[in-house]
Amino acid sequence: MNVLYTMLPIAFVYASPIVVAALGGMFSERSGIVNIALEGIMLVGAFAGAAVTILLEPISPAAGYYGLLAGVVAGMIFSLLHAYTSVNLKADQVISGTALNILAGGLTVYLCEIIYHQQRSTTFERGLAKVSIAGLEDLPFIGPLFFKNVSPPFFFMLVLVLLAWFAVYKTPFGLRLRSCGEHPQAAASMGINVFRMRYLGVVISGALAGLSGAIMVLTQDIQFTASSVHGTGFIALGCLIFGKWNPWGVLGAGLFFGFAEAVAIYAKDIPFLQGIPLEFFYLLPYLLTAIALVVFSSKSVGPKASGEIYDPGKR
Amino acid sequence: MAKRTSNAILIPIACVLLGFVVASIVLVVTGRNPGGMFLSMLQAFTGINVQVGTFNPRYIGEFFVQSMPIILSGLAVGFGFKVGLFNIGGEGQLMMGSLASIAVALSVHLPAPWHVILVLVAAMVAGAFWGAIPGFLKARFNVHEVVMTIMLNYVALYLCNWMIVSVFGSTDHIKTAMFPQTALLKDAGLTALTNGSRLNWGFVPVVLAVIVYWFIIERTTFGFSLRAVGFSKEAARCSGMKVERNIVMSMVVSGAFAGLAGAVLTVGTFNYGRVLSTAEGYGMDGIAVALVGGNNAFGIFLSGLLFGMLKAAQPLMQSQGIPKDIANIIQAAIVLFVAMKYGIDYLLKKIRPPKQETFDEEARV
Amino acid sequence: MPYIIEMLDIIKDFPGIRANDNVTLQVEQGSIHALLGENGAGKSTLMSILFGLYRPDSGTIKVRGQEVEITDPNHANQLGIGMVHQHFKLVHNFTVTENIILGLEPRSGLVIDRKRAAKRVREISELYALNVDPEAKIEDISVGMQQRVEILKMLYRNAEILIFDEPTAVLTPQEIHELMQIMRRLVGEGKTVLLITHKLKEIKEVASVCTVLRRGRLVKTVDVEGTSEEAMAEMMVGREVNFHVDKALAKPGDVLLSIEHLNVRNAKGLLGVKDLSLELRSGEILGLCGIDGNGQTELVRAITGLVPVESGRILLNGQDLAPLAIKRRLDLGLGHIPEDRQRHGLVLDFRLDENFVVHSYGRPPFSRAGILDKARIRENAERLIGEFDVRCGQGGETLARSMSGGNQQKAILAREIDRSPEAFVISQPTRGLDVGAIEYIHKRIVEERDKGKAILLVSLELDEILDVSDRIAVIYNGEIVGIVNASETDENELGLMMSGSKRKVA
Repeated sequence: MNVLYTMLPIAFVYASPIVVAALGGMFSERSGIVNIALEGIMLVGAFAGAAVTILLEPISPAAGYYGLLAGVVAGMIFSLLHAYTSVNLKADQVISGTALNILAGGLTVYLCEIIYHQQRSTTFERGLAKVSIAGLEDLPFIGPLFFKNVSPPFFFMLVLVLLAWFAVYKTPFGLRLRSCGEHPQAAASMGINVFRMRYLGVVISGALAGLSGAIMVLTQDIQFTASSVHGTGFIALGCLIFGKWNPWGVLGAGLFFGFAEAVAIYAKDIPFLQGIPLEFFYLLPYLLTAIALVVFSSKSVGPKASGEIYDPGKR
Repeated sequence: MAKRTSNAILIPIACVLLGFVVASIVLVVTGRNPGGMFLSMLQAFTGINVQVGTFNPRYIGEFFVQSMPIILSGLAVGFGFKVGLFNIGGEGQLMMGSLASIAVALSVHLPAPWHVILVLVAAMVAGAFWGAIPGFLKARFNVHEVVMTIMLNYVALYLCNWMIVSVFGSTDHIKTAMFPQTALLKDAGLTALTNGSRLNWGFVPVVLAVIVYWFIIERTTFGFSLRAVGFSKEAARCSGMKVERNIVMSMVVSGAFAGLAGAVLTVGTFNYGRVLSTAEGYGMDGIAVALVGGNNAFGIFLSGLLFGMLKAAQPLMQSQGIPKDIANIIQAAIVLFVAMKYGIDYLLKKIRPPKQETFDEEARV
Repeated sequence: MPYIIEMLDIIKDFPGIRANDNVTLQVEQGSIHALLGENGAGKSTLMSILFGLYRPDSGTIKVRGQEVEITDPNHANQLGIGMVHQHFKLVHNFTVTENIILGLEPRSGLVIDRKRAAKRVREISELYALNVDPEAKIEDISVGMQQRVEILKMLYRNAEILIFDEPTAVLTPQEIHELMQIMRRLVGEGKTVLLITHKLKEIKEVASVCTVLRRGRLVKTVDVEGTSEEAMAEMMVGREVNFHVDKALAKPGDVLLSIEHLNVRNAKGLLGVKDLSLELRSGEILGLCGIDGNGQTELVRAITGLVPVESGRILLNGQDLAPLAIKRRLDLGLGHIPEDRQRHGLVLDFRLDENFVVHSYGRPPFSRAGILDKARIRENAERLIGEFDVRCGQGGETLARSMSGGNQQKAILAREIDRSPEAFVISQPTRGLDVGAIEYIHKRIVEERDKGKAILLVSLELDEILDVSDRIAVIYNGEIVGIVNASETDENELGLMMSGSKRKVA
């Protein structure tokens, strides 16, 4: 039982990038654009985050936070490619996303070669340091869990979920965004600029995925490598489906997957799991995503027009 | 009709050229010489080192070696596309094929050539099985094949690694014991011919696969129904075709091609099983090949050679001071341009004017 | 009375067609002005220009005497112009209120003020007697109510001019009547109504002025009261219209297709077809009419095998089709002309010759042992193209997608007739087609009847049903509520049965 308790903070660390990236996927799909390039954007964000952190660490204690910012910006810029190809050129969104995933893989390692003369970045000293909040950390039971030696992105994740929920379900922007993903012709007939909304949706997803990648590399690794993201962008997509395209559902699903990843680390400490080979735990998150897909796909309630090419001439 | 075919050839060529242009720009911007990239490609393709003035057939051999699994991978992806499925799971299907190859190579004792043939068959069956899973899930439960196949890729990676270590006895966690010669596609004659490259008889199954692909799609009733389902599921269903069965069968054949690629790699290029730390990217290569090749047998063959040449040129590029990842950038740019081309095609279809004076409700004006 | 809308000498081109060719439209304020024309005449384009979806290539638009350029629907809204579309533009999982306020949401701070929105919706709906439930989700309400939501969308934006695009296609006769009342009420409150339609009866009932378009050009603007339906039809079509198909009396033989106590579930899981029984005889055309959504679609799908049967039997020549796969039913002698020719009838991206063999490709002579015989397939196409006069640019190699609707339908007809089935299920065969194509298709259907086939003709067009059928069955709420001889009934009686007000089982 104690093991479970110590596992939770690790689970939060793993869950945070998944949830943040999945929220990005949600904004994109709700506007009507399928974005399977989350993986590639995360990779780009991870690279930017690592690079800026390495650069600024000698001169600033907040280098990690600048790294996160760099991840956001890099993700936004990279996602513009997907937006342009999908919205303006009306290309197949899955192929465009795949191209970006390949590009991200090549570009980031290429830049590592150019800058660091090796296939990975150099290491950073602190990355994103854990913090403890004075006062709150002494609260019984929840204190050590949520406020002591906790990774800041955990709080970012919670705030973002709240903001996402508010924006999408309470504001006019959210109503219009959803209309573009459900019935773009209806939205257009009410004077909404569908192209602009979809650009916004994709760029927001780029910002969030970029942030997620930076979070991942700065909290789970010591440097950027080609495997820094290892499929988490796709797990985020699974999380989106599992969470039914809803911020709270995504939070729950993300925590679940984060927990699954944490189990791999602690397997050797949990008595009845000790005999199982390590590889099983490595593949567990992916297997769980696959199972979640099967269970939840038939009840799929995604945005109706998501992935369809929007043709203003069609009536 | 002629215009459409020439367009179908020109546009992929244009995309490829644009991809090289983009890569050249990237190189120049980061202070590297694009010339080095082109020289490496030339050497990989012809064996000729223009700068030093030597000729070494080993490079040509390696060029074929790199092309073979990529062509097969492209066939796998292309076959999926024909029925409207995006098979990104080629990587996992290939790995399962490799695993089956290892199993048959090490556990069964047969004389040549039966041993090798059994290896190839087992690999195709394993790949077919791994492809049938997402195919069935898609047909029955409408699970989107993209995320599913990617998850299965990772599952395959770890599953194979574990089996290679614990079942097939890898002592160093990197590779298994060497395979007996009866299981290999390698041939001393071919190796000598190409001055020590890893060229092997794998090109025979590759060429056969290309022909089989073409034949199935163009000439058989199976291919006819696949194409119908790929173009319009609803119309196919209305005419009595079994849509779900076609989807599954397409993934089965697609997986078989990918599994065969795994065999060619394991008992052709190498002669032992390998533990992989990450996926090697053949799945993505297959996607690029299929897209550039227009999902067409001969097109895939040619574009497979192209991308194989790129891959073979990578080590040469490194020695020219060009990071080998530029090849990935080229590949990505080409795929992106092809994606844009599909988009432009789509727009052209919509603007196509009605032929007669009477209009259809759908073209409602 | 002054003109509230003037569209003068409008020209609009699309690639390959001139959709509006110097059209002039002048609408008096406070009138109900009809815009009449066949499919493709250019009426929808003209209205889309008025609504800001398109820009004219030349010509002037004046609203309330002022020359304007209408840049987008928002601008049109600001000018007081609103449009109720034929294909509703409603988000299915939003509420009525959300659909109405979309794009013009009342706010309180950063958030949508839902209370204020619901209040305003209730106010407007009461003023115009448009009965809606503000909190209901679109996917749960009736088609008639959905249309009222569309109307409310415009009134919420203070539209003065309301354009209705073919509003009655999906309504019951009762709902059509209500709509006419609503239009009169709107005009009574000072609004102006533009009615796009090809239904002459409705124009006669409610409009005061009618502008007739044909092939993109203006034919004439007439005063409705002084003009007969026949005259308007002739203007619309360009020649004297033969409303009736020539046919001999039917000579019905034995029962070929017998439907017994059929129950079929619809997409929502409810029973769409309830304990339905019907008989088709050889040499007879049985027309099935009813308002869209009363079970015809489910019935056709059940007969052809696209959906499973909950209980009951479908006997073709004594054999029950219900447990059989689609292919088997087609093999046993069922012919199907589907409702949606482009989605179900043809594989658009296949060539014409390939489309001709989509059912029979798996058998000799078109294939042997799994291998296609392309020469035979080509020959077959040549033959059918000649016999049925299918117009296609490149013969059998033409892509189905590039053929016109009429010729696509001819191709489907050719394929099915050539298979020589015993019983045909034909759904909406002439939707969206010009008069020439309609005449041809009706002629061919009667020919098949005279060969002794049993034909079930399902259509939403009462004229077609009355004209072509020998006997007529009416479906309402999943049940057959009336079976009459075509010669002994009329539109009014059918309308009453279609809306459940009358039952007559002969």
